[in-house]
Amino acid sequence: MAVGLDFGALADYAPVFAKGVAVTCELTLVVGGLGLALGILCAWVRTQGPRVIRPFVSIYVELIRNTPFLIQLFFIFFGLPAVGVSLGEMEAAILAMVVNLGAYACEIIRAGIEATPRGQYEASASLAMSRLQTFRYVVLRPALQRIWPALTSQLVIVMFGSAVCSQIAVEDITFAANFIQSRNFRAFEAYIAATLLYLALALLLRQGMRMLALVLFPRRRAVR
Amino acid sequence: MSLIAVTEVRKRFGANEVLKGINLDVAPGEVIAIIGKSGSGKSTLLRCINGLETIDEGSIMVAGAQLADDELHLRALRLKVGMIFQGFNLFPHLSAGRNVMLSPMVVKKISAKEAEAEARARLAQVGLEHKFDAYPDELSGGQQQRVAIARALAMRPLALLCDEITSALDPELVNEVLQVVGKLAEEGMTLLMVTHEMRFAREVCDRVVFMHQGRVHEIGPPDIVFESPKTLELRQFLGMT
Ligand SMILES: Nc1ncnc2c1ncn2[C@@H]1O[C@H](COP(=O)(O)OP(=O)(O)OP(=O)(O)O)[C@@H](O)[C@H]1O
Ligand SMILES: [Mg+2]
Repeated sequence: MAVGLDFGALADYAPVFAKGVAVTCELTLVVGGLGLALGILCAWVRTQGPRVIRPFVSIYVELIRNTPFLIQLFFIFFGLPAVGVSLGEMEAAILAMVVNLGAYACEIIRAGIEATPRGQYEASASLAMSRLQTFRYVVLRPALQRIWPALTSQLVIVMFGSAVCSQIAVEDITFAANFIQSRNFRAFEAYIAATLLYLALALLLRQGMRMLALVLFPRRRAVR
Repeated sequence: MSLIAVTEVRKRFGANEVLKGINLDVAPGEVIAIIGKSGSGKSTLLRCINGLETIDEGSIMVAGAQLADDELHLRALRLKVGMIFQGFNLFPHLSAGRNVMLSPMVVKKISAKEAEAEARARLAQVGLEHKFDAYPDELSGGQQQRVAIARALAMRPLALLCDEITSALDPELVNEVLQVVGKLAEEGMTLLMVTHEMRFAREVCDRVVFMHQGRVHEIGPPDIVFESPKTLELRQFLGMT
């Protein structure tokens, strides 16, 4: 075999990768924030929200969790224009990822909420707090703390989901790698580089979530 | 006029009738101990008075207002009646001070500054002003229960319901909590407490209620109830047979 590895061949394409990293990071942060908010809202509805809308949330959650992400993305990007909703690739990617994360986060957070000891609700009630106040000030934070590791993993999965979005020409890391290897035919090097970038970002994301936890949950010990 | 008026209250869990027509009037400033065997309905009675359980028949009045089971009325009732639990039920993610501040801030909408002053005063009242920043998992059981008392007091209730508040404590921690309760009683707080601390009940309470099988079986001043119980069940309960 005469073909050697030549990472120097990638140097010219550094800006393409840089763009890819920026796009992947942007997607992950925006989607992480919005998806988490959606997940909390849905988890609240499913556990203690108005009964009339609970079935709709359940349908949404099951629909998303039992269909492939790629199809969800294609539906939003290629399907919705048929009913007059045309989104740019970035908007479509964000929408698809938020909708996807929202459903998974809902189920994860719901488990955290359901593990709340009954005494917490009784103490809040006896202090004249409303159900919504109880959720907001008493239930939510410990619930998130309980499931923080699972939520972190889900967020990493969502970040990898951005790779799928390269299919609709979102210029993320995967898009960059595809583009580069189509130009210089150095597939091996391009995908090794992409792999290492994803690995680094994933480790960074996990570390970020750990640090966020330190701020959000001053009590380190998981609480009953 | 009585502060709490319980009239012919019945409560069922499915087919199991747990309260079978309870009558009890509590005067302002009165301290009442509720004693009785396990399963006699003591906790259920307290929980009904605070609206944690709904009643099937009868009525409960607190400070002239009827207990109704919509959220608005319940919350109005709970502003008047505080409750302390066997398991403390402090909020684990909040410091002692924040535990005490939370409800005045979100329910009564008072400013953080006022709430903090109030919390410091209430913690001082239970001898824990120095634990303002401590988290529940850094406190002993006795200290946690005292924070729970301070938390209830911060809402300025007219009466406190206490359900076996020393039962989960190590024996050496029981007294620090009882002392706080004794002081509250002296200061004129209306107290309705389920307890197994017979000596304490005897020293502090104005009246003792003996519950048996969902009924108020005997009621009276502690010296009468403890010295000369009229019924066989109470004599048995007191180990006097
Ligand atoms: N949520 C509930 N669902 C069904 N049954 C209940 C419920 N709560 C209490 N009970 C039943 O009601 C009866 C009275 O219970 P309660 O807790 O009031 O007794 P208690 O006098 O406080 O006893 P203990 O001294 O053990 O605390 C018991 O038979 C209990 O099994
Ligand atoms: Mg009980």
